[in-house]
Amino acid sequence: MIAAMWIRSTMTYRFSFAMSTFSNFTATIFDFVVIVLMFSQVNGLGGFSFAEVAFLYGTTSTSFGLADLAMGQVNRLGKRVRDGTLDTLLVRPVPVLAQCAADRFALRRLGRITQGLLILIWSLVILDVEWTAVKVALVPLMAVCGALIFSAVMVAGASFQFWAQDASEVTNSFTYGGNTLLQYPPTIFAQDLVRGVVYVVPLAFVNWLPALYVLGRDAPAGVPGWVAFLPPLVAGLCCALAALAWRAGLRSYRSTGS
Amino acid sequence: MRLYVAVAAGGFRRHATYRMATAAGVFTNTVFGFILAYTYMALWDQRPHLGGYDMAEALAYVWIGQALLATAGLMGGGFEEELIERIRTGDIAIDLYRPVDLQLWWFSANLGRAAFHLLGRGVVPMAVGALVFDLALPSSLLTWPAFLLSVALGVTVSFAVWYLVALSAFWLMDGAGTAQVAWLAGLFFSGMLLPLTVFPGALGEVARALPWASMLQVPADVFLEKRTGWGLVQAYAFQSGWAVALLAAGRALQSVATRRVVVQGG
Repeated sequence: MIAAMWIRSTMTYRFSFAMSTFSNFTATIFDFVVIVLMFSQVNGLGGFSFAEVAFLYGTTSTSFGLADLAMGQVNRLGKRVRDGTLDTLLVRPVPVLAQCAADRFALRRLGRITQGLLILIWSLVILDVEWTAVKVALVPLMAVCGALIFSAVMVAGASFQFWAQDASEVTNSFTYGGNTLLQYPPTIFAQDLVRGVVYVVPLAFVNWLPALYVLGRDAPAGVPGWVAFLPPLVAGLCCALAALAWRAGLRSYRSTGS
Repeated sequence: MRLYVAVAAGGFRRHATYRMATAAGVFTNTVFGFILAYTYMALWDQRPHLGGYDMAEALAYVWIGQALLATAGLMGGGFEEELIERIRTGDIAIDLYRPVDLQLWWFSANLGRAAFHLLGRGVVPMAVGALVFDLALPSSLLTWPAFLLSVALGVTVSFAVWYLVALSAFWLMDGAGTAQVAWLAGLFFSGMLLPLTVFPGALGEVARALPWASMLQVPADVFLEKRTGWGLVQAYAFQSGWAVALLAAGRALQSVATRRVVVQGG
């Protein structure tokens, strides 16, 4: 309902909404332009073709776009803790997390999802893959579970701000940074870094592990091939942990009292 | 003059108080530096000497970019949000009433902010990058002051651009749209995502002639000693030219805008 309120409020200025959705779309397409520019100079990156990199890009961007639409606003929490406006959310009979997520709900973020989906579809067209029923089912599953994992990271990052009010940028390095990381093939990164996003912050489950299965390539960092089917489990686990972190953070909250 | 030095010092001190935010920024710059460094390594592995850089120079470029991201305000000048808010709420009327020059005031404060970010958010990621990767560092000691001067000119151009963006709020009331366009252009045309020397054909020529080139591409080239002697003079001339032109445009726009200000009584 709060989201609907913000949608109504942005729709009041239809032209401005169209403008900002469009600029959101172009803003996010620029990092794909960079990949196109790179491939205008080389034929492959880390042994991956352009279509394969486009597939990696499309899958992570779609997931990230969905998560950003749903939870992108929770990183404003630090600001709310700092200026004390979180208190107004506490007294309303709606879960605080839902209120934070819907706070200034920005439908223009559809621009990012559109962009990710377009490139994903395009990559599916130019990709040379022997499709099986399992592989076909894995693509939408990847998008949904990826979105859940990114959302969990965003909520966990926001929970951290109950204590460290100024540190929203740390979350950015996992969300935006993770998104950038996953746009490129795992073969180009140091294997310790790849292990980090498999075992520590499980971002590799957003797209790398299932995508490599779809592309018929070996999983990175020596993990077995069947982990490609783990994203639902990992996503569930991440959400549970994020929920715990959120509750712990909320319970420790002390108002600034100003 | 003393007043503006005090304002600049204030800008420096103000940003120095955000310790947690600075630490978070250093962390983020380092993470992005790592990701970019690996993608550049894959690229330069395939095409050594792409854009006229060897591997060590390309890696140095990555970390210079991370060091200058906040300093040169590539993703936002760090002051325009506040200025836009003052214009929107009408507080700007109070600022105009003060016996100081509006543009110089914000310029001084922004210079202090940039100086803090260069030290606070630039040095540590650069040092981490130099420890982990094999970076090209200046061979001559004189390159360091030459680089700093180029950074200062880049910061000036950046200020001039963001000042124009902020002033647009006088007409649009809400500067969010213009700010987003400026943010986008800043990231792409400064060479933050990919060096402008790698951009192909006409796109590269246009990108290298735009003001944003002076915020990262030119200082990085000075650091990598691609611009020495007469080339260095040309680099400075390019940056100063844009700085003067854009500051003058800001001043002109400011005088038009202030004539429009209607102070609501209360």
